[in-house]
Amino acid sequence: MPENIITATYLVAAILFIFSLGGLSSNKSARRGILYGMFGMALAVSATVLNNDVTNYLMIAITVAIGSLLGLILAARVQMVQMPQLVAILHSLVGLAAVLIGFTNHMDAGSHFIGTEKTIHDIEVYLSIYIGALTFSGSIIAFGKLSALLNGRPLLLPGRHFLNILMLISVVVLGWLFVDSNTPEAALTALYIMTAVGLIFGIHMVIAIGGADMPVVISMLNSYSGWAAAATGFMLSNDLLIIVGALVGSSGAILSYIICKAMNRNFISVIAGGFGVTKAPISGDPSPQAEVISIDVIGAATLLNQAKKVMIVPGYGMAVAQAQHAVSGITQLLMSKGVNIRFGIHPVAGRMPGHMNVLLAEAKIPYDAVFEMDEINDDFPNIDVTIVIGANDTVNPSALDEPDSPIAGMPVLKVWQSKTTIVLKRGMAAGYSGVENPLFTKDNTRMLFGDAKTSMDELLVAL
Amino acid sequence: MKIAIPKERYPGEKRVATTPSVVAQLIELGFTVAIETNAGALASHPDTDYQFAGAEVVEDVNLLFSSADIVLKVRSPLLEADSEFDEISAMKAGTTLISFIWPAQNKTLLKKLADKKVNALAMDAVPRISRAQKMDALSSMANIAGYRAVIEATNVFGRFFAGQITAAGRISPAKVMVIGAGVAGLSAIGTAKSLGAIVRAFDTRLEVKEQILSMDAEFLELDFAEDGSGEGGYAKTMSKEFIAAEMSLFAEQAKDVDIIIATALIPGKPAPLLITADMVRSMKQGSVIVDLAAEQGGNCALTELHKKVTRDGVTIIGYDNLPSRLATQSSQLYASNIFHLLVELTPEKNGQIIINAEDDVIRATTVVKDGIITWLPPVQPKPVRMKAGNEPKEPEIVPEADKEEATSDKTLQTVLLVLLAGGLLLAMGAVAPTSFMTHFTVFVLACFIGYMVIWNVSASLHTPLMSLTNAISSIIILGALLQVSSSTNTVVWLSSIAIFIASINIVGGFAVTRRMLKMFSK
Repeated sequence: MPENIITATYLVAAILFIFSLGGLSSNKSARRGILYGMFGMALAVSATVLNNDVTNYLMIAITVAIGSLLGLILAARVQMVQMPQLVAILHSLVGLAAVLIGFTNHMDAGSHFIGTEKTIHDIEVYLSIYIGALTFSGSIIAFGKLSALLNGRPLLLPGRHFLNILMLISVVVLGWLFVDSNTPEAALTALYIMTAVGLIFGIHMVIAIGGADMPVVISMLNSYSGWAAAATGFMLSNDLLIIVGALVGSSGAILSYIICKAMNRNFISVIAGGFGVTKAPISGDPSPQAEVISIDVIGAATLLNQAKKVMIVPGYGMAVAQAQHAVSGITQLLMSKGVNIRFGIHPVAGRMPGHMNVLLAEAKIPYDAVFEMDEINDDFPNIDVTIVIGANDTVNPSALDEPDSPIAGMPVLKVWQSKTTIVLKRGMAAGYSGVENPLFTKDNTRMLFGDAKTSMDELLVAL
Repeated sequence: MKIAIPKERYPGEKRVATTPSVVAQLIELGFTVAIETNAGALASHPDTDYQFAGAEVVEDVNLLFSSADIVLKVRSPLLEADSEFDEISAMKAGTTLISFIWPAQNKTLLKKLADKKVNALAMDAVPRISRAQKMDALSSMANIAGYRAVIEATNVFGRFFAGQITAAGRISPAKVMVIGAGVAGLSAIGTAKSLGAIVRAFDTRLEVKEQILSMDAEFLELDFAEDGSGEGGYAKTMSKEFIAAEMSLFAEQAKDVDIIIATALIPGKPAPLLITADMVRSMKQGSVIVDLAAEQGGNCALTELHKKVTRDGVTIIGYDNLPSRLATQSSQLYASNIFHLLVELTPEKNGQIIINAEDDVIRATTVVKDGIITWLPPVQPKPVRMKAGNEPKEPEIVPEADKEEATSDKTLQTVLLVLLAGGLLLAMGAVAPTSFMTHFTVFVLACFIGYMVIWNVSASLHTPLMSLTNAISSIIILGALLQVSSSTNTVVWLSSIAIFIASINIVGGFAVTRRMLKMFSK
């Protein structure tokens, strides 16, 4: 196939990808968007395979067939609660692919450059392998943390900032050695060492970040996987890769930004890790003798039966307890009684951006009953009953009232303004950030202790 | 210990300090309960009900008082001069009295209680903190007074409160102005609102604006910045200029509204005079003013205590003790407030009270103990939390200064960043080959497109967005596809692995995104 036609096909594919992402602006156009994406991918891959240089069809057919099959199985079997894990592991694959392609490109005798072009190409190879390695190992660790194979608590090595800086410097030095090397062996050695450093860097970076900061990590790794693709694109002088990489890279960066803003956290401080470890003792305001008022399922059912407007605020606890189906049952029951029932989602609820929406969608909760924090936060005074399921820091009033609280300034759902708030909780433990939650002791708060799923199932029966 | 509940002897008082249901709870706490014959009769609680709940009904008052360890009352004990029966003299030394006492106004009473060695706990001295809310009888009574004030007004007012469209024509709703949005004021707002009136409310304390608005009433605001919040959530005296502005607002409103419910009080001072005779004159015929501050001198110049009078066609109600006019309800709430206090006083639940001076609430409530007047309690080192409205001001001001600095910092940062980026670009352009610059142009433009497109993505679709970007970032497969036909074996194998994992990613990513999107349904 002539070169120009391939380029034209790539252009079409690039446009299709842009449409694909644009389609996600609404639920209606999203399904069309994904078709664009698939079509674009098919075009790009076929055009590449039809390239005159590509001859090893057997190998391609086998690997693609097995890989696709595996992908399909994975996609069909994953549970929605496990989406963050799946996304993390898929990120790691992109990273690994970038590393492999970087190495093959460097080894392949086919690419000959001289002078500045060689230098630039070498830098491109180097960068693409480095970002790939970082993405790969970081995503593996994120996967481990999310699937609870690794401890979710931040693991902080002493002098970790120093270590990071040391690794960065060594990467730069190795890069210089690599570009400047005279023999292919020396270049390869530098590349190997750098890959190892990149892998360690990724591990070290993610392992220092705690479980609740995972939304940021996932978005960040999403972004990295994009930059890895873009770097590979530079390396191969392939504009399609560059475009797609840039799209994905900025997408991940924007998601990270949104999440950081929702937590009132600085991106750098999240990446530097260790939030919630050096927390200051909370200045003694919450009165120690404050009592919580607990309630049983029957009481909660009575409250709900009298309510006209109900808001449900889910958090990661709902996902852990797998309570979304019971919640859905309650929602449908109340809706059939004409109760105005809505869901308020905090941007950082769950372990990845939009995680709660996916869980609720899976439980067949209509998406037009699900609202973002900014859409409904002023509406709480009109709500009769708010049910908080497994959320804590995202509904903590001290984020607004107490300037020295560790979570001060973080936007939170003002659930305490509703007439009654029912909080489902296993026990009185503090949230991830370790901050006491004065919500629990407010006069209009009722605590429903117990496993969220059991409580919701019982509540459904009681209703 | 034995609790005695005498009949209230104050003229017109219908309330009683405990109800049959609370008697049962007191007995559960370990007390024995005796009640005077007919003590609850006016609050619709006959003696038989008390007997059924386990109380002893005593006919002889002297015996009742002399046998009691604890006396529960509503009104403060009457002094000899006011009544033929001297309640304090009838008590034995060491008795604990729990009732309204108003220690600030009743110095003689305190002295007499101290002389008699009666321990006195004043229900009106319960501090206004969250923990003590269940014992706060003042709020309970104020709530009832606010409700009753509106009911009194409707009784006299010649029209509907709610607007209606009837076959016979349109009825416009009554307009109610509530002055002072404390507990009584808010209760009045709620009651008037539920009767269908248009309600406006005024308060000098800006912090209550939100509460007024939350009750769906209109907040009358002065174009004047002064907050009237005083100690403990009560109001304070305002500046002269403020009062002038306030008065002109009332004068204007008086011409428009049909009902005025005045509840403005300042602790320890006579009630502020807010409605002048001129304002009353300017009101429509048939209008009603209910003055809940009558006992403290009244908010209206023409109020006469205990009476309902008509001046210039306006009915002015100056009844005191509105809660007594709703005796069953107020007895129930008062009894429950006292019960909660007794629970605090009886930590062992064995019917023995301990007046523990270490406990903030009990300390503040105790006005006489062991012959010593213990009122006023020492000021708490910690300020009462109810003033939350005032406190955040400090931090509010600080960030503002910070913000300015931050913005100027930010501008500087942006300028530096742009300069740096521009410099780097130029440097790059100087050395890099053309082909690289072309790719770089594509890259930067694509970043911007990505930026524009992604901001439009609906937040609920962020998870699908991630899995989709994941799938398309596996376009990296192209690199492997191009190299898999290489002559070097290592390259072939590595590329094959890369193709393999990238295809997992592509197919898996698209499939799972599709699966998710299918679930999003209306």
